[in-house]
Amino acid sequence: MTEMLKILFAVIILFGALLSLLSAIGIIRLPDVYTRNHAVSKSATLGVLSILLGTFLYFWVIEGYMNARVILGFVFLFLTSPVAGHLISRAAYNSKVPLWEKSTQDDLKNKARSTKGKVSQ
Amino acid sequence: MKTNDLILQTATKITVFIILTYSLNLFFAGHNTPGGGFIGGLISAAAIVLLLLAFDMKTVKKALPFDFKKVAALGLLIATLTAMGSFLFDVPFLSHTFGYFDLPIFGKTELATAVLFDTGVYLVVVGVTMTIIQTIGEDE
Repeated sequence: MTEMLKILFAVIILFGALLSLLSAIGIIRLPDVYTRNHAVSKSATLGVLSILLGTFLYFWVIEGYMNARVILGFVFLFLTSPVAGHLISRAAYNSKVPLWEKSTQDDLKNKARSTKGKVSQ
Repeated sequence: MKTNDLILQTATKITVFIILTYSLNLFFAGHNTPGGGFIGGLISAAAIVLLLLAFDMKTVKKALPFDFKKVAALGLLIATLTAMGSFLFDVPFLSHTFGYFDLPIFGKTELATAVLFDTGVYLVVVGVTMTIIQTIGEDE
């Protein structure tokens, strides 16, 4: 039973490592800053959460030691990582980093122009 | 310039409590596990810096109306007085002691005078960090 649980936790941790690797590949392969941000802010978050979950479960079930700081770590990462992604994307858009040339729709374009016109007047 | 930072401000309001709780945890856990006054103070200062990032300086000053230079001075005073308190018991400077007490909620608890010294370190670290950051930030 213990061996089965150990294998299960190893699978969870390896899944997290695989997701982190996928997000790293996403940073290299994707064309512009927004798609890269999309790749990294989602899959790296879930990857780190899986690694933390595997570690927490291992120490809880196998070693009998429950660490509340890891739970706090889940909550904190889950709260802050998407906000960080949002802020980076917004800063990129506001400093006029171009979209990928094959992207077809930019709903914020007119909004950005109208505020820019107001500032210049 | 009017900015729209709703997401950052809402996330900050929630995470600041987590960060401050964690810094208190590190501060009190410092005797037996990694942590202590220095790291606890730095994390508390980081929480206030997060508030400064999300809101402007006037709002944070209204919420935390401390003169951080005085906080640093108070911390130094507490640390020195704790160290000099050992003279009252006819032992060398900076001698610390501990004892076991039965507290109502916690049960048998080890209370050490080193915590008082650590409080001084904590206040000095918070005061110095916030003084540096506010001095840099006020340049206009």
